[in-house]
Amino acid sequence: MELKEAFAGTLESGDIFIQIAPSKNKGVQIDLDSTVKYQFGSQIKKVITETLQGLGIEDAEIKATDKGALDCTIRARVTAAAVRATGKDVWKD
Amino acid sequence: MSTLKDRMADIQAQAAKMNKQVYKGAENKATTFKKDFQKESPKLVTLEQAIKQSGLKDGMTISFHHHFRGGDKVVNMVVDKLAQMGYKNLRLAASSLQDVHEPLIEHIKNGVITSISTSGMRGKLADAISKGLMKEPVIFRSHGGRGSAIVNGDEHIDVAFIGASSSDALGNACGFSRSENAKSICGSLGYAIPDAQNADKVVILTDDLVAYPNTPASISESYVDYVVEVESVGDSSKIASGAIRDTKNPRDILLAKQAAKVIINGGYFKDGFSIQTGSGGASLAAVKYIRESMIEQGIKASYALGGITAHMVKMFEEGLIEKLIDVQSFDKVAAESIKNNEMHKEASANEYASKDEQGSATHYLDMVILSALEVDVNFNVNVLVGSDGIIRGAIGGHQDTAEDAALSIIVCPLLRGRIPCVVDEVTTLITPGSSVDVIVTEYGIAVNPRRPEIAERLKKAGLNIVDIHDLAKKAKSIIGDADPLPFGDKVVGVVMNRDGSVLDVIKNIEG
Amino acid sequence: MQRLRRTMMFVPGNNPAMMSDAMIYAPDSIMLDLEDSVTMAEKDAARLLVHNALKTIDYGNIEMIVRVNPLSTPYGKKDVEAVVKAGVHVIRMPKTETAEEVQELEAEIEKVEKEIGCLGRTQIMAAIESTKGIINAYAIATASKRMMGIALGAEDYCANLKAQRTPSGDELLLARQTIVVAARAAGIYALDTVYSNLNDMETFRKEVELIKRLGFDGKSIINPRQIEIINEVFTPTEKEIEKAKTIVAAIKEAQAKGSGVIAVNGKMVDKPVVIRAEHTIELALAAGVITKEEL
Repeated sequence: MELKEAFAGTLESGDIFIQIAPSKNKGVQIDLDSTVKYQFGSQIKKVITETLQGLGIEDAEIKATDKGALDCTIRARVTAAAVRATGKDVWKD
Repeated sequence: MSTLKDRMADIQAQAAKMNKQVYKGAENKATTFKKDFQKESPKLVTLEQAIKQSGLKDGMTISFHHHFRGGDKVVNMVVDKLAQMGYKNLRLAASSLQDVHEPLIEHIKNGVITSISTSGMRGKLADAISKGLMKEPVIFRSHGGRGSAIVNGDEHIDVAFIGASSSDALGNACGFSRSENAKSICGSLGYAIPDAQNADKVVILTDDLVAYPNTPASISESYVDYVVEVESVGDSSKIASGAIRDTKNPRDILLAKQAAKVIINGGYFKDGFSIQTGSGGASLAAVKYIRESMIEQGIKASYALGGITAHMVKMFEEGLIEKLIDVQSFDKVAAESIKNNEMHKEASANEYASKDEQGSATHYLDMVILSALEVDVNFNVNVLVGSDGIIRGAIGGHQDTAEDAALSIIVCPLLRGRIPCVVDEVTTLITPGSSVDVIVTEYGIAVNPRRPEIAERLKKAGLNIVDIHDLAKKAKSIIGDADPLPFGDKVVGVVMNRDGSVLDVIKNIEG
Repeated sequence: MQRLRRTMMFVPGNNPAMMSDAMIYAPDSIMLDLEDSVTMAEKDAARLLVHNALKTIDYGNIEMIVRVNPLSTPYGKKDVEAVVKAGVHVIRMPKTETAEEVQELEAEIEKVEKEIGCLGRTQIMAAIESTKGIINAYAIATASKRMMGIALGAEDYCANLKAQRTPSGDELLLARQTIVVAARAAGIYALDTVYSNLNDMETFRKEVELIKRLGFDGKSIINPRQIEIINEVFTPTEKEIEKAKTIVAAIKEAQAKGSGVIAVNGKMVDKPVVIRAEHTIELALAAGVITKEEL
């Protein structure tokens, strides 16, 4: 899928800031900075990757700045960034 | 007739018998106007002279207090000087360390400081130590535990460096100044008193050298060997601002109201009760609700203890609290009050919370409200190591007050963002569950099964009493399962219990 | 038993931290907002956030409401789709002026419900925020069988009225009474507007006492600190509870006997009195002043 650079989310506590960009490499590359990296780093990366795959995005570069967001917030922010990057909404237009 | 001359043989015989000299005649009398004479006090020296004259040698222990908290200037000033003078291998025994002590990292790397004992640490220093900066593990003690250790010799201090907001040339020193030239104020010097009383040599550093006698004094001249005048001992604005600021955070208010209800309905809210509360938002707000109930029910407290805050001073001035016992002034209002009101008593760390001292104030404490980084299903508490494995707190009086109080209450949210505060097992054991009675969270109140009568009273008052295991499960259901922390094999910290036994060790964190 | 709707707490739809712990304050309803508290640039992101929160976060027994953007905006329909799919209990329609607008929303909801196979799951409430809306209050209240309640939105209403807000609320009296009368005539809930000065809890309490006297079921709130005061005001007095208990006991007695007639001290009790007694007991239970065992 064609991607533009886009972002979603905030740097507020309990939120995650997602920047998405097209990638020359295969797969989803995630650069994660998180206040809970030790405990939840792998879970956060998993949620990001699965959310993108669910939207049909296999290759992307993600920079994520996490301030302790819950999984449901991560899903929402990744989806919002992806929708903005692809111009293809998940809701009917 | 018997003259002095006649008795001389007897005097000499008696002196020999007592192994004493015979009086040889007076030295010259000091006839200078004494106000000027004070300035010639032999105790009045420069920092470098004080260090040299104290006999400090490599490998010895130096001590400091933390009454200026983040505004402290003494630790960095003295250790810089020691480094400059070429000292190595010193042990630093602080009552606590703060963000501002980051320069110690360099002194540790250069071998000036090779061992530390403290109540806690934060910031970059704590981060570096958590990651294995030091060869020797840091020894962590509670305030009461430190007081005991200094007295019983577990923590022998060679030279104590004590910052004071005023001192005369003889060493009568206070955490405030009565002079017009006052530059700083920290209130109580409680944590420095055991150091002054027990160290081999005591150096007072002051930024307001006042005329003798600077009495009443927190630290008496009789303990003091040297007085050093310096530009500044601490930035008082870093203690806290002068005014009472009530929290607007709705979660803190919710926790505070619940904690106040536990205090009011727990069975100890009776005329003459004693109480300690912390300085956190929820704890301060709880005092407001407790005050309302005291007025409503006509109940007065015999004393409030601990870190004294403006809220406590207000209730003291209103006559709701008879006396304040102050080991540390948490804000400027408290610091001013200790200066102005003699019923606001300054207490040493030992008088405050030593297990060895029968008369310590914690022994007679009814209730305490404390905070926590983590509690576990066995009611153990951690206030020192973050759930990322990095040291970011202090034991403070936690162990002391929780163990001694008839009712100890921990106020702690279930979650801080994605960090769980009620867990299966605390990252580091600081206060054993046997000391902890009630945990207040925003998802309900858990009562230690050892105190069924408390649970009964709180239920009767309509409070939401829950099983602590359910709280831990609730936390997991919201945030998911956390991965284990990447601890290494090196011991970077040792947690002492207040009785001098070893409670736990802190391993280095990798990454 | 009917649902209590004393407190409906506004939570901005683009604030994940507030959305994840709003339930700890135990409001009767939580209203996640996609309208005024979300900037145009963030409408898409907030919609996704609210959708995921509703699907994932355990709000317990709290009623979940979402205020969507008007259908006349580019966001309205997508909002409806997102929140209906997430299983929202109630959609709050802002700035409602006519029954037709309600029916339009109902049609949108039905479309989504049919698609996912849950026809009739979602309720509607209408916020009336204009003089035209007040004039049409009864028509709006009866526009759909999904209608759960009508609420007053005082800021826009006052601007439209060309009146200033005052602490006494004289300027709102007609609107408030119209809302209550229309809601009662339609058999739905009447909900009052927000009070936004958090530093004046005394005037807030007076306003709550006023709207309770007028017959409202509850009030929209903007901060958890307002919950305790509303609950206090809506807690029945001991005397009210005692009276209600006697009537409830009489109901049980009648049921046990298999009798349709409910009597207290030999006097027959009318249906409205029975309903009111049950409501009093619900309020008392919710406030914790009586327990289930006591009944």
